[in-house]
Amino acid sequence: MKKNYVSQFIGFTFLRFCVFIVIGILLIILWDVFSKGACAISWEFLTKAPTNGMTKGGIFPAIVGTFFVTVITAALSIPLGMGCAIFLNEYAKDTKITRLIRMSIRNLSGVPSIVYGLFGVVLFVQILNLSTSMLAAGMTLGLMTLPWTITASEEALKSIPNSYREGSLALGATKWQAIRTNVLPYSIPGMLTGVILGLSRAAGETAPILFTGAAFFLPFLPKSLSDQFMALPYHLYIMATQHHDIEGVRPLAYGTALVLITFVFGMNIFSVVLRYQLRKIKKE
Amino acid sequence: MQGTAMKNEKFLNATSIFRSQATTQTSSKSVRGESASPVKKNIKIKVESFNFYYGNTWALKNIQIAIKENNVVGIIGPSGCGKSTFLRCINRMNDIIKNTRAEGFIYIDGKNIYEKDQDVVTLRRDVGMVFQKSNPFPKSVFENVAYGLRINGVKDQRVIAQKVEKSLKDAAIWDEVKDRLSDSPFSLSGGQQQRLCIARALAIEPRILLLDEPASALDPIATSKVEELIHQLKKEYTIIIVTHNMQQAARVSDFSAFFMMGELIEYDATSKIFTNPSNKITEDYVTGRFG
Amino acid sequence: MQKRHLDEELRILTTDLLKMAALVEDAIHNSTEALKKKDKELAEVTICADKKIDELENIVEERCIDLFALFQPVAIDLRFIATAIHINAELERMADLAVNICQRAMELPEQSAVKALADISKLSDIAKTMVKKAIDAFVDRNEELAQEVILTDKEANRLRNDIIRELVYDHMAKDGSVVPRTIPLLLAARDLERICDHACAIAEDVIYMIRAKVVKHHRELL
Repeated sequence: MKKNYVSQFIGFTFLRFCVFIVIGILLIILWDVFSKGACAISWEFLTKAPTNGMTKGGIFPAIVGTFFVTVITAALSIPLGMGCAIFLNEYAKDTKITRLIRMSIRNLSGVPSIVYGLFGVVLFVQILNLSTSMLAAGMTLGLMTLPWTITASEEALKSIPNSYREGSLALGATKWQAIRTNVLPYSIPGMLTGVILGLSRAAGETAPILFTGAAFFLPFLPKSLSDQFMALPYHLYIMATQHHDIEGVRPLAYGTALVLITFVFGMNIFSVVLRYQLRKIKKE
Repeated sequence: MQGTAMKNEKFLNATSIFRSQATTQTSSKSVRGESASPVKKNIKIKVESFNFYYGNTWALKNIQIAIKENNVVGIIGPSGCGKSTFLRCINRMNDIIKNTRAEGFIYIDGKNIYEKDQDVVTLRRDVGMVFQKSNPFPKSVFENVAYGLRINGVKDQRVIAQKVEKSLKDAAIWDEVKDRLSDSPFSLSGGQQQRLCIARALAIEPRILLLDEPASALDPIATSKVEELIHQLKKEYTIIIVTHNMQQAARVSDFSAFFMMGELIEYDATSKIFTNPSNKITEDYVTGRFG
Repeated sequence: MQKRHLDEELRILTTDLLKMAALVEDAIHNSTEALKKKDKELAEVTICADKKIDELENIVEERCIDLFALFQPVAIDLRFIATAIHINAELERMADLAVNICQRAMELPEQSAVKALADISKLSDIAKTMVKKAIDAFVDRNEELAQEVILTDKEANRLRNDIIRELVYDHMAKDGSVVPRTIPLLLAARDLERICDHACAIAEDVIYMIRAKVVKHHRELL
């Protein structure tokens, strides 16, 4: 018996150790970014465009650009992703083809983002002739997040007990009525959580927007969807690797990183709060 | 209707129906017989050479059964004998299970529900179903009962309110929930939730009520409340109840059907099944000598 | 209290038993009347009426068995139905004894007018009262009434002994020729007392039903 307890102790200690390492790394990164970037943050930094070859000024165009691109991404990937998920989970029969489709979707989420970037260039910029623009970049990111959105939405739909569907059908509802009135309302919080997590990841991506619309530097804000734009991750990438005075702009790069992390964190927290609120409304 | 019923019986010519009828008549002195109405009842559901398959599994084998209006029929049998499957065939709930196949006929009021032109949605409105695990929707108590009305296109709030109240009263739960109609059903006890589900099924005024082990998750008090409710409801509905609790079938049903391995072994008046079953297997099962 | 449809079934059962008890009381009454008045017609009618009681017995018994099978009664319900089965059998036995008395009445020659007849009539009244009280005790679940019935049994025994003593010593011992017309009376007295015994058994069952204690053969537990 004693031996069992010893091995249990060793096992749990190892698991604890793993958790500590992960949390430790996260804290170190956060601390690094926060301590070095906090001094760069100022009202001016958040509301002004970069000046003097990006060695001075702020990152306002990048914030705006990232925000709007994320909105476009959401506009593409939420309806399309949810629609796919509903069809796959509720309507599609379990055949070889649907299994193949599911497998492809899972695999797509593992495709490197740079590949999406190249695909976006070909499809949106060249074939659809959208030129390098906010729209092209947003749609590329939208495509990239689709597998995530579909998978997360499907999981949310799967979490709705079958008894809701059966109960509804047994009362003489059509399949669509059952889904619309008794499945979707309860799965939307879960869907949104997954979708927003996907979006927050998209917001931090550089590769897909690199060729499709993000600009190195723009002195003005984008005026329409077909304009180029600045984005936080790309801006950060430039400041950290491509700038002529990397050492000099390092504080600005850290400041940008801090803003980007906050943006992503904000979205994640928003998704959690949203889910909590929706759940509360449903419970009444 | 009388004529059709007679014709049906003649046509059916299955021993079970004759036997069961003989039993009702001679057992006018028996407990169930006397409490039943003396008027000869119409056949509500007639099942003929019905087979059901899950993939390659032959789940229901050549089922023949005739169920009379305003009767309670208890379906008993060991786990996996096909009793729930049979119940779910009557409102075609099995249609939503992939890779299943039904053969044969189930007539409700003389119409074969497995006919191609049968609209499943209409069928399910006429044949209400209550599931083993109470499944109130995460809406208010009121909205749960109103749900069936709303999806069936009832818009008038007054009508909805009236029907909700009537259904809750019929399900003998009105007094317990009338002050908490806007509460979540999850604040109700298990037995109340199950009666709420029954009320929800009653709201759309079905003709037949299918109960799939409605009391299996309930404590004895809640169970007896549900059983009393079934006894009340048979005045207006034809009820088929699947139960793995033989005693429950004995208490609530007028007729009992014993299923085993997908076959209908015996179908007869409940008092006959529980005092003098014709089949040895039935006797072994009801006396607990089974297996 | 939760309303149960078993209660409705029990009510029907009780009504049937009451009906039967009333018929049995009538039978006792009529058989004694037939004996007293040497009314062969009444005796025949009463014998015929027994058929109805027999039928009722079967109905009640089947009902009880069905109730056992269908409701699996426990506690008071169980004791109630078990007692009902006993009472049912006892009542039927009483009715048979009443038939016996009727047969005695038909055997009785015209000229027999013995003083014992008055006592037999008294015994018959006691028997009727005991049956009625025993059934009332059952219906009302009244233990005192049941005890009363059991105590009355002694009186019935004494009365029967008086009758037999009178018939044997005052009549048969003195005049051998009266034996044929005295024996039926003697047997009738014995039958009536037996009826009282059955009423007593019912009362014991009622006490069992109420207290779940078997007082049969254990009068000290009363």
